[in-house]
Amino acid sequence: MKWETVIGLEVHVQLATQSKIFSGASTAFGAEPNTQACAIDLGLPGVLPVLNEEALRYAIMFGLAINADINKRSVFDRKNYFYPDLPKGYQTTQMDHPIVGAGEVEIQLADGNKRTVRIHHAHLEEDAGKSLHEDFHNMSGIDLNRAGTPLIEIVSEPDMRNAEEAVAYARKLHSIVTSLGICDGEMSQGSMRFDVNISVRPQGEREFGTRTETKNLNSFKFMEEAIEKEVARQIEVIEACGADTMEKIQKAITQETRLYNGETGEAKSMRSKEEANDYRYFPCPDLLPVEIDDAYIDVLRDKLPELPDAREARFIEQYQLSAYDASILADEADMASFFEAVCSSSGDAKLSANWCMGELSARLNAEEISIRDIALSAEQLGTLIARITDGTISSKMAKDIFDTLWKSPDKTVDAIIEDQGGGVIADSSELEGMIDEVIANSDKQVENYRKATEDKRPKMLGYFVGQVMKLSQGKAEPKQVNEILLKKLNDLL
Amino acid sequence: MHKQTLTDIVAGLRSKAFSSEEITRHYLDRIAKLDDTYNSFITVTAEQALNQARMADEQLANGEQAPLCGVPIAHKDIFCTTGVRTSCASRMLDNFIAPYDATVVENFNAAGTVMLGKTNMDEFAMGSSNETSWYGPVKNPWNTGCVPGGSSGGSAAAVAARLAPGATATDTGGSIRQPASLCGLTGLKPTYGRVSRFGMIAFASSLDQGGTLTQTAEDSALMLQVMAGFDPKDSTCVDKAVPDYCATLNDSLEGLTIGIPREYFSEGLNPDAETAVRNALAELEKLGATLKEITLPHTGLAVPAYYVIAPAECSANLSRFDGVRFGHRCEEPKDLEDMYKRSRAEGFGDEVKRRILVGTYCLSAGFYDAYYRKAQQVRQLIKQDFVEAFSEVDVIMGPTTTAPAFEFGAKGDDPVAMYLEDIYTISTNLAGLPGLSAPCGFVDNKPVGLQMIGNYFAEAKLLNIAHRFQQATDWHQQLPAVVANGTEG
Repeated sequence: MKWETVIGLEVHVQLATQSKIFSGASTAFGAEPNTQACAIDLGLPGVLPVLNEEALRYAIMFGLAINADINKRSVFDRKNYFYPDLPKGYQTTQMDHPIVGAGEVEIQLADGNKRTVRIHHAHLEEDAGKSLHEDFHNMSGIDLNRAGTPLIEIVSEPDMRNAEEAVAYARKLHSIVTSLGICDGEMSQGSMRFDVNISVRPQGEREFGTRTETKNLNSFKFMEEAIEKEVARQIEVIEACGADTMEKIQKAITQETRLYNGETGEAKSMRSKEEANDYRYFPCPDLLPVEIDDAYIDVLRDKLPELPDAREARFIEQYQLSAYDASILADEADMASFFEAVCSSSGDAKLSANWCMGELSARLNAEEISIRDIALSAEQLGTLIARITDGTISSKMAKDIFDTLWKSPDKTVDAIIEDQGGGVIADSSELEGMIDEVIANSDKQVENYRKATEDKRPKMLGYFVGQVMKLSQGKAEPKQVNEILLKKLNDLL
Repeated sequence: MHKQTLTDIVAGLRSKAFSSEEITRHYLDRIAKLDDTYNSFITVTAEQALNQARMADEQLANGEQAPLCGVPIAHKDIFCTTGVRTSCASRMLDNFIAPYDATVVENFNAAGTVMLGKTNMDEFAMGSSNETSWYGPVKNPWNTGCVPGGSSGGSAAAVAARLAPGATATDTGGSIRQPASLCGLTGLKPTYGRVSRFGMIAFASSLDQGGTLTQTAEDSALMLQVMAGFDPKDSTCVDKAVPDYCATLNDSLEGLTIGIPREYFSEGLNPDAETAVRNALAELEKLGATLKEITLPHTGLAVPAYYVIAPAECSANLSRFDGVRFGHRCEEPKDLEDMYKRSRAEGFGDEVKRRILVGTYCLSAGFYDAYYRKAQQVRQLIKQDFVEAFSEVDVIMGPTTTAPAFEFGAKGDDPVAMYLEDIYTISTNLAGLPGLSAPCGFVDNKPVGLQMIGNYFAEAKLLNIAHRFQQATDWHQQLPAVVANGTEG
């Protein structure tokens, strides 16, 4: 049987507000445990929540970015369950009346095709703390710094059909929220986390299969792996029991919550539907319903920053980039603005794009850091590129200089070129001297060259070029070296 | 000295008739001597009180104008106080010391009051007899074989026995007005949102409201003036100007229309209590008011609706008491679930457990619509009853309770009988309206109260009516025999 996969995502996005959603405590990441949890975050008796309006504004901005209906009346509910990192014994969230209603985003696939993913709604809620199970001698530690961090949970319709689409959708959301500046996008710090609902059904079937939910994935790579493994698992389970009707297929799969460990590649069941909590949602009596009007929304709409789709179109138009380059560079707001700064400093859009997507991105990936955290400035990279275009240095030299620049960002490009003995050697008399030296020291190779048939000679030229480059420490201008060498060797024939 | 009202004490301190230290010491001595009998305090903060009093005396000497500078009062042990245990009368919080003051406490501190201590109450404010306290029941100074009412029984007994001239209290379904009625005091529950709930340990968030237990309406006005006002720390607190409550106390009642709901004079009402209330209404007529019979047709649904909504909210509000971060934790838990179960089983008393169970049940999948949603619909109907009534009348009056104070254990085995204790007071909380109970007579030598329900934010009107009534009557001046004849010292 041919199977079709159906995927829906619930994406938790930490909002980059200064303070928490219902308290004044800081949301900064990485502080000593429990130093950023005030009486409200700790759920001490008698304390009360007050909504951080910044979180509300960020949620509305997201809604506007996905063309969603913004609900003028939204309500916070209590989701009740006991867990040590949930201080109040309930999570304050939005159930029946979320701030953001239905919307949609467009995703682009590797084959260039576009698809629309519908978003059912997005709601505001508070994050929980963290349980730490190591290093406490049979006890667990609780860090409540994260408790009360504002989140929006973005719930998609089951519109994705494979891992590639799910990842493209997740990346698109990442791109939108970072472009809006409402999330720092730091996946490794848990700023975006994905719950993936997966089911399979026979190709052409309209009814859905039984879905499982794999929770809390925090990288695109893990999500892709988790989806592929879960799809394979479901198909195997169904085929193993020989299910041939939709009813049997649905029965074959247990509705459950699963966990995927990206480090080990193992997936396991966490709890089945029968074991699921009854969360006993009800409206939070400590918070009034949130009422907003059109004017409030319009102010936010007017101030909305450029979104990735618009930026992509502009990059194609303004910088004559290919659709592919534009989509990569326009994706993240930080990279996009870095690219634009490099461009304006170098004056060469194509080269700037190549450097941002090539050398720079490779370096960011290798060192696993964000473009916001690098010391190298866009102006420096721009100058480096300008030195290539004005012929001062070769592309190869530029890579070495980039390397130096990366390690010593306080230096200027021109100073490094100077330190490394200047730019390209294009002076023909200097080059001729070097070539003469190489020829003088290569009797055997010159002899071979002379004896060789004409068709073999161009290949043999490489040796001499290499020697000249070595002698010039890579600075000899290759085109001239070739010309002079050819002339001098031919003179010897 | 202790027979003075709060108003008298303010005047006495200003005129230097006595110092804050003297009056504070006097009350502390009385508490030390007498409270073994009443058990109205959970914590007495003698040393801190004397320090506060001495500071107040310095400020008074320097011409300090803080409105209640040097006046000793007691706080219900539901209001968090920095550095002083706040137990909510529960074993769960027997070891809890808040690192913050409730806004109400902060407001009184700013007004210069001296805190004598924290008063006893029903555990987590759940009860109508003060029998559910982990620290033992409170006795009614009018008859120590009887309950003082609840949940603010400690505040009521303390003021009735003149162990404090006035006290803060809270009211979720009648917890200020019912003890006021049973202890012969003036009890005011303001409009929901008039007084900040920040730092007031929540029982049912949409119903809880802080208020006062005092000897007179005038005293209530003084205290409410300090308590009321917008608090950015409480989202449900209303940003509305606070009127000068004392300024209108003496306004004439000429032309006042009093609505008398026929549902409040129902079968269960003690006939002598009814007579007392009718006499009080007649007195108000003499002062220029007109009586008008009205109907609040959904009154009968108030108790059932309340006992869905309040437990539902409390089931979530009390989830934070899990033994993880503060409060009672069982010995040697073998795992997380064991810790939750035993900490909560040991930390909470029966009535609290009963309400958590009821609330959890009402919110459960499959029951939510039948209970919680339905109860909220009933709540709207009850509110609508009042809105309609207030289009015809200025204030609504009736009895506060069906009968005077009952004996200990009288309703111990019957939670429903206990719940019916609040039959006349609960609607007010469901509607969010202000209510006041003022002494209006005696039944079997025990006080009973007249309840007045005002329109939203009409506290000044209630205080005005109660004050005029108290000018014309002396029910509020009666003292329990033991206090009056000085046998207590």
